[in-house]
Amino acid sequence: MTEAVRIEGLHKSFDSLEVLRGIDLTVDDHEVVGLIGASGSGKSTLLRCLDLLEAVDRGRIWIEGVEITAPDVDVDAIRRRIAIVFQSFNLFPHMTVVDNVTLAPRKVLGLSDDAARERARELLDRFGLGDKRDDYPDRLSGGQQQRVAIVRAMAMGPDLLLLDEVTSALDPVLVAEVLDVIRELAASGITMVIATHEMGFARDVAHRVAFLDEGRLLEVGPPERIFSAPREEATRRFLDRIMAAGRM
Amino acid sequence: MSSTPPGAPLPPEPLPTGDRRSRILWGGTHVEGRRAVLIALASTVVFFTVLIVVVVNSPGWDEFSAKFLDGEQFLESLPGIRRAFLVNIQLFLIAETIVLVLALIVAVLRSLPGPVFFPIRILTAAYTDLFRGIPTVLVIYTLGLGAPALQIQGIPKSPFFWAVVSLVLVYTAYVAEVYRAGIESVHESQVAAARSLGLSRWQSTRYVVLPQAIRRIVPPLLNDFLGLQKDTALVALIGVIEAFRQAQIDSSATFNYTPFLACALYFVLITIPLARLIDWLVARDRRRRQAGAAA
Repeated sequence: MTEAVRIEGLHKSFDSLEVLRGIDLTVDDHEVVGLIGASGSGKSTLLRCLDLLEAVDRGRIWIEGVEITAPDVDVDAIRRRIAIVFQSFNLFPHMTVVDNVTLAPRKVLGLSDDAARERARELLDRFGLGDKRDDYPDRLSGGQQQRVAIVRAMAMGPDLLLLDEVTSALDPVLVAEVLDVIRELAASGITMVIATHEMGFARDVAHRVAFLDEGRLLEVGPPERIFSAPREEATRRFLDRIMAAGRM
Repeated sequence: MSSTPPGAPLPPEPLPTGDRRSRILWGGTHVEGRRAVLIALASTVVFFTVLIVVVVNSPGWDEFSAKFLDGEQFLESLPGIRRAFLVNIQLFLIAETIVLVLALIVAVLRSLPGPVFFPIRILTAAYTDLFRGIPTVLVIYTLGLGAPALQIQGIPKSPFFWAVVSLVLVYTAYVAEVYRAGIESVHESQVAAARSLGLSRWQSTRYVVLPQAIRRIVPPLLNDFLGLQKDTALVALIGVIEAFRQAQIDSSATFNYTPFLACALYFVLITIPLARLIDWLVARDRRRRQAGAAA
């Protein structure tokens, strides 16, 4: 297996608040890594650093062997190969579903209108959104919007897909349809890093789970071990709290 | 128009320009039924009757009506003022077109991030502060009389030209701020989404930020254009024969002020449809947002 992502000694602060305090992690090609941890533990920041949406203070990141933290790097070219889906969908409200999906392939990859639409149609059909093609985002349910956001990310054909708590803003009844989409993507072999509060889902879908606590990766391992026999006291406490809240 | 995912920050409300006026006119009357309509009607009749009685019985009324409300003078001055008003229309159509483009450029320049663009931000900020601060009439005087006096080769001397330049300078400053408010009202998560898809900064602005910003600012933008249309009367001061100047000429020939009334009529004729259009746009936008929230 080759490395999709390598992170070494990653630090990130916002003013005086140190959010990431030295993260080391590698993700293999076709691997799915679940990122768990309390709110504020740095999951989102870590994902945003991977897509260069946040400037890294210290440490280095390689994506597919290319160092993206190098000073003279072409940021747009890197983002082209990494896709991120946000908690709040962030669809473009002034565009129809199909325009949301085709914008970047047309403007960034230089696809023709027809080619971009064809690609969008395939993906939308595949994720059960074929009939929503010409709707505006505010006509869709949260679950549908989030699936469109995933399709929009996938339309760029990314090497790496980052999912930032993509079900956290959804009604419980809508969570399942989004998780199904992610399961299908995982099965198709795309490399993913998934920050999530859905422990059951992380256990199902992730090859490895990484527990983030106050900006440090406390432990990384196969989900069976992390969830049933955590080595760290903090992991145990976190999982107990999750269990008590009935989220597992 | 705007999607509002749960947990996401609400999109900022568009500025309610023109909204209050429409509420004064139509607010509630048809909702609360016949009784309310009758009360509104009665109170309106009483109010205006009292007003008219007071005004008509004022000591100077006879002289006033002879000077300002001369029907014959009114009809006589209408055609000339109408011809002159075409100059006002030309002025504001040309100025508005230029303002629309120029203000957008100023606003985008002022929104450029990063230390490299600091001088540009300073310049645009100084420009908008300056020209929103100086009374329009001073700008028109200074440029209209001063610039041609420089006698520089190739610089036009026509007062019309300098009238357009003055109006453009003043109103670009206002409208640039309106654009900027619109640009800043688009949530940064939209930019993050666009950039994460690989769109460049310019592409994000062009395809994601500006379309949303411009939709939101149409009402306040048109409001500024109302101001511009009225201010075309100010260029009379530098010798452009437009409607107000024509009214002055008519008036000084006959020692009667009625032509000003005719002049006012033309301005109102042109601004009222625009004001109604603004109301309609605001109402449509509100309906859309409510429909969006209900969906």
